[in-house]
Amino acid sequence: MNKTFKEIAQTLKNAPGWQQKYREIMLLGKLLPSMPDILKTHDALVPGCESKVWLYLDFDLEESCIVLVGDSDTRIVKGLLALILSLYNGLTPTQILSINAFEEFEKLGLISHLSPSRGNGVKAIVERIQTMAAQK
Amino acid sequence: MFAVEKIRADFPLLTQKINDQPLVYLDSAATSQKPQSVIAATELFYTQQNANVHRGRHSLSEQATTAYEKARDKVAQYFNVQSREIVWTKGATEALNLIACGLTEQLDKNSSIVITPLEHHANIVPWQQLALKTGAKLHILPLEADATFNMSACIEFLKQIKPTVLALTHASNALGNITNLSPLLSTVKGFNTITIVDGAQGAMHLQPDLNILDCDFYVFSAHKMLGPTGVGGLYGKYERLNALLPYQTGGEMIETVSLFNSTFRDAPAKFEAGTPNIAGVIGFSAALDYLSELDKNAAYDYEQGLFNYAVNKLNEIDGITIYSNLEHNIGTICFNYKDEHPFDIATLLDGFGVAVRSGHHCTQPLMVHLGINGSVRASFCFYNTHQDIDIFINALHECIALLD
Repeated sequence: MNKTFKEIAQTLKNAPGWQQKYREIMLLGKLLPSMPDILKTHDALVPGCESKVWLYLDFDLEESCIVLVGDSDTRIVKGLLALILSLYNGLTPTQILSINAFEEFEKLGLISHLSPSRGNGVKAIVERIQTMAAQK
Repeated sequence: MFAVEKIRADFPLLTQKINDQPLVYLDSAATSQKPQSVIAATELFYTQQNANVHRGRHSLSEQATTAYEKARDKVAQYFNVQSREIVWTKGATEALNLIACGLTEQLDKNSSIVITPLEHHANIVPWQQLALKTGAKLHILPLEADATFNMSACIEFLKQIKPTVLALTHASNALGNITNLSPLLSTVKGFNTITIVDGAQGAMHLQPDLNILDCDFYVFSAHKMLGPTGVGGLYGKYERLNALLPYQTGGEMIETVSLFNSTFRDAPAKFEAGTPNIAGVIGFSAALDYLSELDKNAAYDYEQGLFNYAVNKLNEIDGITIYSNLEHNIGTICFNYKDEHPFDIATLLDGFGVAVRSGHHCTQPLMVHLGINGSVRASFCFYNTHQDIDIFINALHECIALLD
């Protein structure tokens, strides 16, 4: 894991054809460690997704950087989640608010239904992170 | 021989490309595609005929009213019932809610409502609400582990309960299984049971003769029968129908209004408050024309052929589990591949231009009954081809290669 968003973005950009992009995304999901069951609470469930998505958010001890742990029961969404986490993990609230995940996704040239939509939960996940950052 | 290419030419959307590949539309259980005649009728209505119905004496209004009421006649003909027994709603869900709410005063704490685990949420939740409001007891018909009917056990159950209300589906939206309604309906005949059949899936594929079927209510959605979205309706045996309380009040359904009192018209007007979905009804009228010109038996046999072809192909794939009943089915296959998430399969299939549904299909209790979280659903209509299924199966092989 610990690939930066930039590295992932490069891999995805280089992937020939959509199948390969999916393969990369699912691989990202595979590399994302499973979330401990104790964190998979009802509150951690992100509503509005067809699949199950759990997202645990906190800030580090100095209350400066966000700590994100997430999981999903589907391979594709888990991969997308890994992508989002690589985008936001370890950032300060101000940095988080300055990053538009949807624009970043667009730049990756992911095929249409990987774009932020209600169905795959990307929108809901990003909104939850942004809301938390805004409240800090 | 069923001339599917001729049929396909009537459905402009089917020539679309999705992700640069020809669309393979296997989601007709969610909504059917529309023939050109339905699209044209809707456009014609707005360009030349638009006026409100049952109001005003001007020519346009008269024409609109005539066309609107003629559509009601066509539905009645389609189901072999009387026009005054057809109520327009915005779909099957609203129709079920209308019936359940309308029965509020006919039930009390001694009443019983029987449903099945197969039902769509729209044929579960209104009955739960009715039970809550009236104190009636909700019972679930005991089905086999694979959600098929052990008829003698079900009949025995109904004889014991003697239900006040029996609501069940004509065909399962998730599985496609066709319910053998007659033995169940005739069992409760002697108990004065109010019987409701959810025809959302069955109305087009099975075109029931409701006079023979002899249920009290039958609900349908136009958009699953080649018609527009936002319109549908219900059939109700006239006495039973007129005995329902009004669902909404105002407009069309009123006979007289004073500031403190109102009287209502009789059914069907009693249940059609406000300006209806006139354009939707006009479009549906064209859909009914299309269906009546279709050789329904040939179409049904053709759909069964597609279904069997797809089932055989799926069964050749190691790791596929099919949950649908293969003997009595309208042409819907509910399946999973190993323990892969249906969302992943459906998302990958879309990459190949194949449209299927994934998830719980608004049948969470059925998924629990089957012991699964969800499934992939491929549903066929007479405009699908054997080539569609070949593309679907090839795409599925590719998805599996990506996942394994």
